Amino acid sequence: MPVPRYWRYQDQRYNLAGSRCTVCGTVYFPQRPLCPKCHRKSLGKMERVTLSGEGRIISYTVVHDPLSDYEHLSPYIMALIETPEGATLLGQIVDAEPDEVEIGKEVEMVFRKLREEGKSGTIQYGYKFRLKG
Amino acid sequence: MRDVAIIGVGMTKFGEHWDRSFRELGIEAGFKAIVDAGIESRDVDALYVGNMSGGLFLEQEHVASMISEAVGFTERNLPAVRVEAADASGGVAFQQAVLSVASGIHDTVVVGGAEKMSDLTSIEVTDAIASVADRSWEALFGATLPSLYALMARRHMVEFGTTREQMAQVAVKNHYNGARNPYAQFQREIKLSTVLNATPVAEPLGMFDCAPISDGAAAVVITTMDKAKEMGKDILVRVAGIGLATDTLALARRKTFTSFPATRAAAERAYKMAGVGPKDVDVAEVHDSYTIGEILAIEDLGFFKKGEGGIATEEGRTSLEGEIPVNTSGGLKARGHPLGATGVAQIVELVWQLRGEAEGRQVKDARIGLAHNVGGAGGTVAVTILEVI
Ligand SMILES: [Zn+2]
Repeated sequence: MPVPRYWRYQDQRYNLAGSRCTVCGTVYFPQRPLCPKCHRKSLGKMERVTLSGEGRIISYTVVHDPLSDYEHLSPYIMALIETPEGATLLGQIVDAEPDEVEIGKEVEMVFRKLREEGKSGTIQYGYKFRLKG
Repeated sequence: MRDVAIIGVGMTKFGEHWDRSFRELGIEAGFKAIVDAGIESRDVDALYVGNMSGGLFLEQEHVASMISEAVGFTERNLPAVRVEAADASGGVAFQQAVLSVASGIHDTVVVGGAEKMSDLTSIEVTDAIASVADRSWEALFGATLPSLYALMARRHMVEFGTTREQMAQVAVKNHYNGARNPYAQFQREIKLSTVLNATPVAEPLGMFDCAPISDGAAAVVITTMDKAKEMGKDILVRVAGIGLATDTLALARRKTFTSFPATRAAAERAYKMAGVGPKDVDVAEVHDSYTIGEILAIEDLGFFKKGEGGIATEEGRTSLEGEIPVNTSGGLKARGHPLGATGVAQIVELVWQLRGEAEGRQVKDARIGLAHNVGGAGGTVAVTILEVI
């Protein structure tokens, strides 16, 4: 797969860059060129925001039947993270055992390798989360 | 708009058909439906095919033309359309075909749904199925489709007190029904403990919470109500309502994780068109690719209040003898889930129920049936309501 497919999202995946609609204030992640609530009124009124990377677990699962790219990590933990900015993120929880993970626990973003494309292919990086404190 | 009737149905047995190709499965289902309709191939004006991914499963795209040729329609160069909406492909193909007849463009149309999944290994199937989630924002981060349903299951447990046992009961009930359906992939009953002790897939969901890898095809023949009446059919099955809805591709971009807003929207549209409500439905085929999916469905379709789907299942209210029998065919769990075929197979089961031909699992006096077909984790939902007239 050509590399542009990945680097075009780098600001979002590396820095948690989202969009905020300055008309209604809604924060979106990933970025959107227009606000689906405000439609054309939001044209040119979407600003880049950086999510803090902080959040709270609202649901989680331990994946035992992995995707082939993630077979080496299996079992791994996936969670839905509610952020203070208002967007919800899906990501892996790392550096934790499944029994330490609970709904309501606070997490912070960490920058990690996501996957490798084949043995000699590109490596994609992005956000994962770890338990706070 | 013209009234549309279903005059013929047919399907292959669902399962792992190592010895049979995608083409052969399509031919069998199409042939059965045309014979059941009592028409000739030359009476057909067009073909619609629901297929999720010939590309990923067979490295074969362009399957509308492929099936058109296989069933002999290319002799007359008939129009054929392949519809893709993840595992709602069959349900959406059916609705598109209905629109083509209702509009007056075509009179008699065959709708087929087909998928051949067993040529891939299990992990390759997991990868292929993950393509219905958001590749860039879910699968790349490690999410499988069952993991997304697992996240919803856990939320449902926390918000409404739904138990692991209640979810498992969905699989037990559907296997009970599947044991009474000769077309089902699994025709054997299972115990609650089998579901609870199964190998975990994405906690809290285990192997027996998930629909299997399946091959299979299903087909129906539709025509105008006027033509159906002229044919002198004893029992006329009318397409009373259709509703289609979409939602965000990625689960995380929704406001709720314990409901499919697209199910609610599609159901509202279908109920309105049919002029009926959830209380009028006698039998339903819903999308239980994962057990939690059936609980979400029976709530979002309005059969039970939000949060009460688990307990309703546990109390047997959706069983064959219950107030609203759900997945009499065995559902996706026991009948099998050849992705693009599922939505059409749901229509086939409902027609058998409405014609009183569902031997061994017949719902008494079934007059109104509802089919609910979901694509991915709720990004597409098709709801169709049929009635006997
Ligand atoms: Zn806005």
